[in-house]
Amino acid sequence: MTKKQKNVLCRIIIASVLVLVLHYVPAEGWLQLVLYLIPYLIIGYDILRKAILGILNGKVFDENFLMAVATVGALLLRDYPEAAAVMLFYQIGELFQSYAVGRSRKNITALMDIRPDYANIQGEDGQLEQVDPDEVAVGTVIVVRPGEKIPIDGKVLEGSSALNTSALTGESLPREVGVGDEVISGCVNISGLLKVETTKEFGESTVSKILDLVENSSMKKSRSENFITKFAHYYTPAVCYGAAALAVLPPVINLLLGNPAGWSIWITRALTFLVTSCPCALVISIPLSFFGGIGGASAQGILIKGSNYLENLARTSYVVFDKTGTLTKGIFQVTRVQPSGAYEEWVKTAPGETEIWSGLLGPAAYAESYSSHPIARSLRDAYGHPIEQERVTEVEEISGHGVKALVDGVPVAAGNAKLMKQLGLSYEESDDVGTVVYVAVDGNYAGYIIISDVEKEQAAEAIQGLKAAGIRKTVMLTGDSRKVAQYIADKLGIDEVQAELLPADKVTCVEKLLEEKGRKEMLAFVGDGINDAPVLSRADIGIAMGAMGSDAAIEAADIVLMDDNPVKISLAMKISKKCLRIVYENIVFALAIKAICLLLGALGIVGMRTAIFADVGVMVLAVLNAIRCLYVKKETSK
Amino acid sequence: MKKKYKIEVDCANCAMKMEEATKKVEGVADATVSFMSQKMDVTFAEGADEKTVMAAVKKACKKVEPDCEVFD
Repeated sequence: MTKKQKNVLCRIIIASVLVLVLHYVPAEGWLQLVLYLIPYLIIGYDILRKAILGILNGKVFDENFLMAVATVGALLLRDYPEAAAVMLFYQIGELFQSYAVGRSRKNITALMDIRPDYANIQGEDGQLEQVDPDEVAVGTVIVVRPGEKIPIDGKVLEGSSALNTSALTGESLPREVGVGDEVISGCVNISGLLKVETTKEFGESTVSKILDLVENSSMKKSRSENFITKFAHYYTPAVCYGAAALAVLPPVINLLLGNPAGWSIWITRALTFLVTSCPCALVISIPLSFFGGIGGASAQGILIKGSNYLENLARTSYVVFDKTGTLTKGIFQVTRVQPSGAYEEWVKTAPGETEIWSGLLGPAAYAESYSSHPIARSLRDAYGHPIEQERVTEVEEISGHGVKALVDGVPVAAGNAKLMKQLGLSYEESDDVGTVVYVAVDGNYAGYIIISDVEKEQAAEAIQGLKAAGIRKTVMLTGDSRKVAQYIADKLGIDEVQAELLPADKVTCVEKLLEEKGRKEMLAFVGDGINDAPVLSRADIGIAMGAMGSDAAIEAADIVLMDDNPVKISLAMKISKKCLRIVYENIVFALAIKAICLLLGALGIVGMRTAIFADVGVMVLAVLNAIRCLYVKKETSK
Repeated sequence: MKKKYKIEVDCANCAMKMEEATKKVEGVADATVSFMSQKMDVTFAEGADEKTVMAAVKKACKKVEPDCEVFD
């Protein structure tokens, strides 16, 4: 409990004792008023003060104002115990609420607390010194002892250890690191002492980026939250005018009909009506539900950038995947090399050093030596010899086709079938499943190399999970050949495949799908975040494979999967559906109870105390319900 | 320029009121108040003096929510 809450608790206890004692004091008239004013003021002085300040600042119609009007009204009607009791109940309710909300807020933030408090720097005398991570410059060597969090992104210089990444990824399996490995902040060092050279400032490190993202996630408000804001805007004045009408109209009608007016009865009912009207159960529980959902998801390694995305996710019915890095591992390996007979003849007359030309891998690896594409990397890996880049000249990359270059002055081209067609060369079609790199040397077709990418172990499960979660259609987009794409799609159970796409085609494809779908259906695009930025931002929801915090992914996407596991998409959908269900439950429940209370209050069936109690009850139930959003059932992979 | 301030506020509704009040202060380009993280993000307008603006922000917040606290 905070100091403020303890203070209120003391006042509640004193005022309750006084009210109980006064119940047995046979005082009448003015004396009774003065006596009851003591507990009334003890418990309610701050409410009265805020109400007056509110009126002075031109802010009427808030809950303090309502309470002040209701209790002062009760005092004027000479119902002194009622005035004190109502104020007392209100404060008990407020205390309970602030305690419950405070606790759940702490629960959620504790879950997301990955902020490191300090970094250890080794001084000249070998002693470790703790400094603020904010003050550590790039390139500093920091020491991370077992049990400590890695404060800043960096590279391991010395030592090896296992890292617990669960705070970032929700993955419980530790990750082994050794000298030369990149480590990211927010992981906990489990076993060995590590010396880490920082590669980023604290503000640029993964942990800061994630914290920033989570803290700002409540800025992007969902429709449900906006609904409440709008609702409150009309609701409060409406209730006030309703109460005024309730106080004035029935007595006036009574007078006109020649009956006794019954002012005090109707004014009491109007006051009860006012006091019950506060929509706090809604105002508090809805943002809390979304915050809980985002918190629960982030504990599973799913970062959601705003409650609007959480809401949209529940209504997603199309999921579009980029193949490479999303459904497949993105690690390409050369699985077959097939030089043509003509090439083998040509090699015998090859110029200069023959090492390059001794197989098909040499020219291909040299031609692709400037490319960072995974295919180029796997060609170089398969070639295995160091590449002397100065031997490659006039490199020309043809987007979506391949690359042309001069290797030792000999023209070499490596790429897909389109490239061969463009060069006007006839080539032999390969039957192998995989990416085919056709190679042309010295203007002639020289053979092909097959490179295959393996699908992720969890990919099939991920697609099944999405189907189970009610996704209507799964689509896979890829720049890869139709054969490879179809093979993988069939294996994983994907509904539609678009293959051989250039990067720009992917945007067009997604736009077409966006037009096709219903207005209320959402389309999610899942990509690996590095080159998919335009598509990620074009889709209703962009989901990126975070690759443990890659900057591009965090920037462009709305949702980031920290451990690159596609199964997490259906988990995220489950979380969002649960969260929205809870939000609707709370909206319906709170509004229904409120309507009943207002009606019963207006008819005089329940008094002010009961009304307030009912109100607090609803609020507490709504908050407890909202907290359920935080708890996510762990997905167990089969 | 954007800066983050720690705040103390009791309810989500009060945070909303503070946000609206802060946005209206001269020299503030944009503001968000998060009840959940108990933080206030203020984007200052071009050329605004942070100290004077924040003093005005504090005053405006106190006006709508006498119980709130904004820490530097």
